[in-house]
Amino acid sequence: MIAMRILFTLALFVVHANPGLAAEKSIILASTTSVESSGLLANILPQFTAKSGITVNVVAQGTGKALDTARRGDADILLVHDPEAEQQFMDEGHGSTRRQVAWNDFIIVGPSADPAHISGGNDSVIALKTIAATQAPFISRGDKSGTNAAELRLWKSAGQTAEALAKEKWYRDIGGGMGQALNAASALNAYTLSDRGTWLSFNNKGSLVIAIEGDARLLNRYDVIELNPQKHASAKLDAAKIFADWLVSPDGQQAIGAYQANGEKLFNPSAAAPSRRSYIPIRVIVE
Amino acid sequence: MNEFIGIVGLSIGISLAATFFAATIGLPLGAALAIFAFRGRRAIVVLTNAFFGLPPVVVGLVLYLALSHSGPIGFLHLLFTPAAMIIAQTLLAAPIITALVHRASERAWARYGDELTNDGASRLQSMPQILAIIRAELLTAILAGFGRTVSEVGAVILVGGNIRGLTRTMTTTIALQTSQGDLQLALALGAVLVGISISISATVFALAGTAKSAGSDEI
Repeated sequence: MIAMRILFTLALFVVHANPGLAAEKSIILASTTSVESSGLLANILPQFTAKSGITVNVVAQGTGKALDTARRGDADILLVHDPEAEQQFMDEGHGSTRRQVAWNDFIIVGPSADPAHISGGNDSVIALKTIAATQAPFISRGDKSGTNAAELRLWKSAGQTAEALAKEKWYRDIGGGMGQALNAASALNAYTLSDRGTWLSFNNKGSLVIAIEGDARLLNRYDVIELNPQKHASAKLDAAKIFADWLVSPDGQQAIGAYQANGEKLFNPSAAAPSRRSYIPIRVIVE
Repeated sequence: MNEFIGIVGLSIGISLAATFFAATIGLPLGAALAIFAFRGRRAIVVLTNAFFGLPPVVVGLVLYLALSHSGPIGFLHLLFTPAAMIIAQTLLAAPIITALVHRASERAWARYGDELTNDGASRLQSMPQILAIIRAELLTAILAGFGRTVSEVGAVILVGGNIRGLTRTMTTTIALQTSQGDLQLALALGAVLVGISISISATVFALAGTAKSAGSDEI
């Protein structure tokens, strides 16, 4: 029974020594995988915590799942990027305010050999039509994330429904995060739609390069959504509001704009956000 | 580096706690299943053996729904905390420990059962003795339970949420690093995980050896 006693003592020690259990001033942020795996949140959250004393615990899930987590009452605030799904969330009465905090753009990446010959253009819909016509392999997130929703909207414009795509052999639905999709695209020499933030900070690109960028339809906006107190009375709404206010404040916006990975800027503060009409490709803005 | 130590510490802490609770359930239950004859015993034995292969992601999902704010025990506010991860891992390890203890106890009971109850001792009183007889197997059972908890990712990522500095363990970090394309870092962490598992196993066996040579194993 010596082993048992040791196990017990160690277990108690480690569990008690974990400061997270005692943290009171903390909120749960349900967010997309892109703001987490691009390193943005890890970079800006310490600045917020230092100023406010509030710890932000990030659960990175993809927009569809994140919205669902908040619906169930398991999150205090949201940072997501699927305008249509967000609107539905607001219409259902789950959210109180929704504010744009950052933007960047989606890109279509593919193997440098470019089997579909789409590289260099900026019309994402024509590119997808060409990929479908040449049956070049394409990886879909297939996880109801904001990027997945954007991808399916583009396919719709290209005359393809999700149901029809699911039957195609060249179209692979991997049901995973952005990084998994990029890993798969890299391994299978396939095209995929990526958010620019994850792409720039991704370290297993292999032969993948950007094929299409700079299309106004590829605009990617990130919103912070505060929850409706009538539906989510037990959420930590006050601390959540402090965080949301900070994100859109000059301090928060500056922090978002200042973040770089591999020497490149990943997100633009929303103050500089273009409308779709006046959209300028991000690579022009980043010098 | 501090973050790394925190992640390793949390992984081991959670797994040890879960193994402890699973052993607290599994040791008496496994022995009782061998010693006592009661209705439904066979069903429990079959179930514990079947739950050997309980998919972690299923345990994670069921626990997620239960602990969710809109679930039956949501009021406990345990979702996305280390406590939720300990519960998940306990559920995964308990059947393994129970089944292994049961098998060893069954053999010991067949051999020593009459002897132990001869002098008027009740079956309940002979339980600790049975456990003492099979203590070498107990070690294996507990280590198997620990191995299950420290290595799984499906359940802890669902109920823990992989929150940096709070519920991020070695396995969830490996999943995250892989998703960021940092395959080498992920692999290095994997090697650390394997190394830690080996060291813990070796340490426990060394301790058991010490106990044996001190003569504590005589019945």
